[in-house]
Amino acid sequence: MKLSEIAKVLNAKVVCGQDRLDEEQDKVFASDLMSDILTLGDNFPMIVTGLCTMQTIRTAEMGNLDIIVFVRKKKPTEEMIELAEDEGMVLMECDYSMFKACGLLWEAGLKPIY
Amino acid sequence: MHLEYTVIEGDFVNAGSASSAIKKTLKQLNVNPSIVKRVVVALYEAEVNAIAHAYGGVVTADIDAGKILLRVIDKGPGIPDIDWAMQEGNSTASPEVRNMGFGAGMGLPNIKKNVDRLNVQSTVGVGTTVEMEVNLS
Ligand SMILES: Nc1ncnc2c1ncn2[C@@H]1O[C@H](COP(=O)(O)OP(=O)(O)O)[C@@H](O)[C@H]1O
Ligand SMILES: [Mg+2]
Repeated sequence: MKLSEIAKVLNAKVVCGQDRLDEEQDKVFASDLMSDILTLGDNFPMIVTGLCTMQTIRTAEMGNLDIIVFVRKKKPTEEMIELAEDEGMVLMECDYSMFKACGLLWEAGLKPIY
Repeated sequence: MHLEYTVIEGDFVNAGSASSAIKKTLKQLNVNPSIVKRVVVALYEAEVNAIAHAYGGVVTADIDAGKILLRVIDKGPGIPDIDWAMQEGNSTASPEVRNMGFGAGMGLPNIKKNVDRLNVQSTVGVGTTVEMEVNLS
């Protein structure tokens, strides 16, 4: 699914990486636990998380995960957006709960890693 | 090539800056991206440990054609029981560390999974050295 369509499904605001919205993504991993996100090996899903700190961006950087959706109305800081821009990431802000966001993504046909 | 970085206690905002720098270096050296990921994931968890459980420390990396040797050396409280610490789920992390998305006791087991050789040396009251080696080809 195109990132622009994902943003529409989640009613999300794209705060970084607007130039990448034509790209496709079909896998999602959702967690608030960074150690969890660091176990994904050679999988590169979109990340859905309610943890909105510098560590979220750092974790994504280490994992080569470059599409992040923040749920629960979490808003990344200027500093986070700056680092994300340097890394060429896409960041989205979504007001829905984790459950609702994941439910909508599932319904739209996105797939889990496991 | 020898690289060295300082890690500061409790400095969660900059946690990962050493891992990030080493990632860039390995990319410039055209190391296979899956190997780079294994290196930086392991180093990042070790870096977070030095910040979260110790009083900061030093990260060193020695890179040659065949391998990278990483050391995370801290002057912290040490680990009383390394076997216990290596088991998934075991953690003494503070609420602050949990709020950063760590502290589930998954760091050391995941480090072990990602590196080719791991050696954890620790003396209570003195500090901990985590030595990790990854073959680059
Ligand atoms: N550098 C360190 N200094 C002191 N204790 C450590 C260090 N690294 C790990 N530990 C101990 O080992 C435990 C397990 O570490 P880890 O697997 O990374 O999980 P977590 O960091 O999530 O607690 C920690 O909770 C801590 O008690
Ligand atoms: Mg840890």
